[in-house]
Amino acid sequence: MIEVEVRLFGNLREKAPGSGEPSLLTLPEGATVDDLLNHLEIPRQLSKLIFVNGVRSDTSTRLKQGDRVGIFPPVAGG
Amino acid sequence: MDKILRVNMSDGSVKVEEVPEKYQLLGGRALTSSIVCDEVVPTCHPLGPYNKLVLAPGMVTGTSAPSSGRLSVGGKSPLTGGIKEANAGGIPGQKLARLGYKAVIIEGQPERGKLFLLKISTGGAELVPADDLAGKGMYEINKTLWERYGEGTGIIGIGPAGEMMMRNAGISCNDPENGPGRYAGRGGLGAVMGSKGLKAIVVDDTGAAGVPVANKELFDQGRKKLAKALTTHDVTSKTLPSYGTAALINVMNEAGGLPTRNFSSGRFEGADKISGETIAEVTTSRGGKMGHPCHPGCIIKCSNIINKADGSYHVAPLEYESDWALGANCGIDNLDDIAELNRLCNDIGLDTIEAGCTLAVAMEAGLAEFGDSKKAIELLKEVGKGSPLGRILGNGTAFTAAAFGVTRCPTVKEQAMPAYEPRAVKGIGVTYATSTMGADHTSGYTIAPEILNVGGDVDPADPNKAELARAFQATTMFIDSAGYCLFIAFAILDIAEGFEGMVESVNGVLGTNWTTDDVTKLGLTWLKKERLFNEAAGLTAQDDRMPEFMKYESLPPHDTKWDVDDRVLDAVHSYTVEE
Repeated sequence: MIEVEVRLFGNLREKAPGSGEPSLLTLPEGATVDDLLNHLEIPRQLSKLIFVNGVRSDTSTRLKQGDRVGIFPPVAGG
Repeated sequence: MDKILRVNMSDGSVKVEEVPEKYQLLGGRALTSSIVCDEVVPTCHPLGPYNKLVLAPGMVTGTSAPSSGRLSVGGKSPLTGGIKEANAGGIPGQKLARLGYKAVIIEGQPERGKLFLLKISTGGAELVPADDLAGKGMYEINKTLWERYGEGTGIIGIGPAGEMMMRNAGISCNDPENGPGRYAGRGGLGAVMGSKGLKAIVVDDTGAAGVPVANKELFDQGRKKLAKALTTHDVTSKTLPSYGTAALINVMNEAGGLPTRNFSSGRFEGADKISGETIAEVTTSRGGKMGHPCHPGCIIKCSNIINKADGSYHVAPLEYESDWALGANCGIDNLDDIAELNRLCNDIGLDTIEAGCTLAVAMEAGLAEFGDSKKAIELLKEVGKGSPLGRILGNGTAFTAAAFGVTRCPTVKEQAMPAYEPRAVKGIGVTYATSTMGADHTSGYTIAPEILNVGGDVDPADPNKAELARAFQATTMFIDSAGYCLFIAFAILDIAEGFEGMVESVNGVLGTNWTTDDVTKLGLTWLKKERLFNEAAGLTAQDDRMPEFMKYESLPPHDTKWDVDDRVLDAVHSYTVEE
């Protein structure tokens, strides 16, 4: 098993108890971002931006022990 | 729009002129920059009698086109030494347009120490002595002028920083509640206004005829297509009104590109405390407002009204750049103190990006500890007082870095960088380096495809971004000239029909037949003029460079340096335009 640090932002926060705080999730070895989204029950159209350790990633990205994952709905600003 | 107002501050004359043919199809930035290129000696002292301040509403500003209330302000910048255009929302731009003014040109210089106010209405324009307004902050100015000239009038003004001709002085435009938070902030144009002895411009459009539209059917078709894109796209219809622009704090932090403690890290441990999500939560719980429009007719509504803990008004808006500059970049995570710093900037008349970067450099110099928000507030108050220290800080980041021997100085052409770390996001660095304006994210917002997956999807680490930066700078030039808020780009870069709608709405107003392909062509033509002004002012390719420290200091968390080849930077403006 691996443990990853997950942060949900924008309206995805409703899916994470303890809003604003990263949650530690345990996933099977070899799990991908896609598995993580399934686990959290996040629809794909709401997970527009996914960062793994600060790098833009997609659903096929394989996760490792200790990874930092950030998931955002569509966002912009400036 | 059929006239230009020319105000000579040397002899006090106010003249209405016909619009020359060469300016008839221009507006906003294309017009301010064209007039500056035609009338301002590039080598002039920016605060002397030969510089001019030019104000121009965009091509469709004042019409019913959505989110189109921008006012462009131009001149030679006392900060960069090159051409400057800064644009703002708020209510004065639409009013100026409806009164039929395509541009207002302020020239000459009165006797030192004299202060005036320019009043513009359907009855004409006049200069009124305004010595009684000397030294007043923008909150008091706006309040006094609404009492004097009526609620709802548009007010363009400068705070004490502009009067003291500081290089970080901006020009305020009032919002619908008369707050002074909508700034043509960047590049020190407030100092140019101050050098003209002009404290404020009051714009009353009661009884105005409105903006003539050449082809109403086409205009309506275009504005509807654009409105549909804005109300359909998730960013412009959901994220921006719900969380404001500060929704980006967490995004840039996760991407490792949120400049922290004077550009020494790309991550801030206090990011979530100052994020858009937290701002929305706090604002709602205190009876403030998210989804606030900065001018009537804005359907994006990214602005907000921030209240204090006791529920009373504090500042509007608190947006991403200000939140970052006065927050993360100073190591400050106290939202109320950030709001207070922002309020002080609005009152004194300062650009928040430049002010935040200046404070961070001052912290690096040891004037305060990073994170000491109370001391930061004290330092900013010195600027308003005009003390010797305040005058150093009020002249901006590069001036302060020079005064205190700080080499980590995040500026290009002496203008401070906005809230995106170029070592983590290379394309925005290419924009910073090559913009005619100095370090300026709004002149070519490559963050959209590099980080946000809007308008494309490119790798932020790829250093070959010349074409991307050029394309964004050209398109932005067109949007800035049309008078649309730059944020329409988020929708129209993804929704082709919205892009067509923007062009059709402009064609409808002007009677032109421009196509979507012409947007880039026209943008490049107008950009070229700005480049030529800068060359004539003495700026060279060596000014299109990043600060040296970014080439030898690695930025955590990605531990990357600025590694973009100078040839990429020089390629951005290697193009020819049709005359």
